[in-house]
Amino acid sequence: MTHHASPAGGSPPPAGALSGVPAVRFAGVGRAFGEVRALDGVSFEIEEGQFFALLGPSGSGKTTCLRLIAGFEQPDTGQVLIRGEDMKGVPPYDRDVNTVFQDYALFPHMTVARNVEYGLMIRRVPPPERRRRAEEALALVKLAGLGARKPGQLSGGQRQRVALARALINRPRVLLLDEPLGALDLKLREQMQVELKALQRQVGITFVYVTHDQGEALSMSDRLAVLNHGLVEQIGSPDEIYERPATAFVAGFVGVSNVVEADLARRLTGTPQPFTLRPEKIRLADPASGPGDAREPTAAGVIESTLYLGAATRYTVALDGGGQLLVVRQNAGDPGRPWTAGQRVRLGWARQHQQPLG
Amino acid sequence: MSAPAAPSSALDRLSTGLYLRPRLLLGLLLGPPLLWLGVVYLGALVALLLQSFFYVDQFSGLVVRRLSLATYWELLTLANLDIVIRTTAMAAAVTLAAAVLAFPLAFYMVRHASLRVKALCYLGVMLPLWSSYLVRVYSWKLILAREGIVTWLAERLRLGWALEAVLALPVIGGPSLSTSDIGTFLVFLYVWLPFMVLPVVAALERVPPSLLEASADLGARPSATFWRVVLPLAWPGVVAGSVFTFSLTLGDYIIPGIIGTSHPFIGQAVVQHQGTAGNIPMAAALTVVPVAIMAVYLVVARRLGAFEGL
Repeated sequence: MTHHASPAGGSPPPAGALSGVPAVRFAGVGRAFGEVRALDGVSFEIEEGQFFALLGPSGSGKTTCLRLIAGFEQPDTGQVLIRGEDMKGVPPYDRDVNTVFQDYALFPHMTVARNVEYGLMIRRVPPPERRRRAEEALALVKLAGLGARKPGQLSGGQRQRVALARALINRPRVLLLDEPLGALDLKLREQMQVELKALQRQVGITFVYVTHDQGEALSMSDRLAVLNHGLVEQIGSPDEIYERPATAFVAGFVGVSNVVEADLARRLTGTPQPFTLRPEKIRLADPASGPGDAREPTAAGVIESTLYLGAATRYTVALDGGGQLLVVRQNAGDPGRPWTAGQRVRLGWARQHQQPLG
Repeated sequence: MSAPAAPSSALDRLSTGLYLRPRLLLGLLLGPPLLWLGVVYLGALVALLLQSFFYVDQFSGLVVRRLSLATYWELLTLANLDIVIRTTAMAAAVTLAAAVLAFPLAFYMVRHASLRVKALCYLGVMLPLWSSYLVRVYSWKLILAREGIVTWLAERLRLGWALEAVLALPVIGGPSLSTSDIGTFLVFLYVWLPFMVLPVVAALERVPPSLLEASADLGARPSATFWRVVLPLAWPGVVAGSVFTFSLTLGDYIIPGIIGTSHPFIGQAVVQHQGTAGNIPMAAALTVVPVAIMAVYLVVARRLGAFEGL
């Protein structure tokens, strides 16, 4: 994963931001579809001008959150507020938010320009202004000159940009993005991640971004909420979520982690407090090289298997006395590395990297 | 094939031979339908067209097999034009009404009905097609007759005056529903409605629901979404359905014979000319009229962009 700018140094405050009033607020929102509880009393706030990600596996309720903000769904319980206003009973066409759909939902019978103009046409903006703004919006997403084409004549990446331009031209208070990069191939997705982030800074609109891709959520968002089974597991900045996961689910879903249960915790640290430990925080050493820092937890074991990842290698280490830990080490070209299966190793880590679980 | 060395039967060799010669396979598959369409169907049409350029000798009453436009000139008499105009107007009215009735039903079936209800709707739409057309038309005669259910019901509901008012309308009214153009219209509408519902359903099935949400998301009220997104995308289905309802009404000769006024429709005139009158050229020329009208209709529909969404 590449370095990302620290969230604090990021987005400039958008023009006209009301101080203190969150762009979107969920207050105890519940929504059930028949027997299935898609959301089970969810509360969070999204600040004005933020790039906010909703991260979770499929069925976690993240898309339902988005549809509640857009107005395609109404909450059974609780409130959805946009800029402090309760959105109960307000239909999508009366909300100052726009959506980039997962399948882009471009109108196939209209040209790209007519698609982008659609929102302005509905609001009866005069044709000359509407054409000018559509050209601007297409230039913003680097599609200048393609206005006369039909959506069917564009590539997936280009359609994605048209969907973005069609939403942004309305200058919404909040832009909702439903897994917008899901259908693109890896290279294009990485390029669009960078562009989307830059675009969000440029226009200063609050982005709410739904994804199941934890890498995408970490690299793009200022803050993110991790959802599971209709509940918010944790809300925080990407580094908070990654470095200090609040639950075993977050630790396992965001990146790879070792979840150390009470029994193993007692053996490793002397106390039965369960904790999570990121694999890259664990050092490996040759047992013959002498004892490590006596104040830090250590363990001994045998490398059971290795998984070569290119820049790094992931080791599964079977601990003496039972249990196993995942360890990730960079392949920096040190002599005798990577380690091979069957080797005896000593593991060590700094106590501060243990993230206690409730 | 599991073992390449296994001795192949004649059938295996035939399969392999055809697989390796896809053009031959295509030819064998397309041969029968092309023969049917090309020779039997198009041949009959050409023979019909040819007949329409012959004419009947005024004195002998015999068909003169010489190319001439005489029959078409005769078509332009007031009586014949009246038949053509009334038939076309009926076909247009039936098509329009069928589209207006079918669209909401199709939209409900595609967007709102559960799978079970949708199956019931399909059954409801198709069920009339399973029984004899004649039986259905005659049962409508009973329903619409002066002593029939509609009159009885109207009187029970103390709406007899409304029925009388409808029947008193000029041109389309008459002594009873079963002997007026309104009756003919109602039965045509009933009989051809499934041919409009099914293509519209098929067209609406191909409109992703996210497009309707996208339209609402961009500020469009349901009415704007209907006119700007739903209808344009379902339009090819409406046109396909209208081709059925329009052409079927243009050519039908049974319904107006059983229900309606004594003024003939094109189909009835064709029957009279080729049967009783023995004027085959005139019957052929009258048959060319619906074909020509449909050709014009399709050209206009194409100009209006009806097939762009296909």
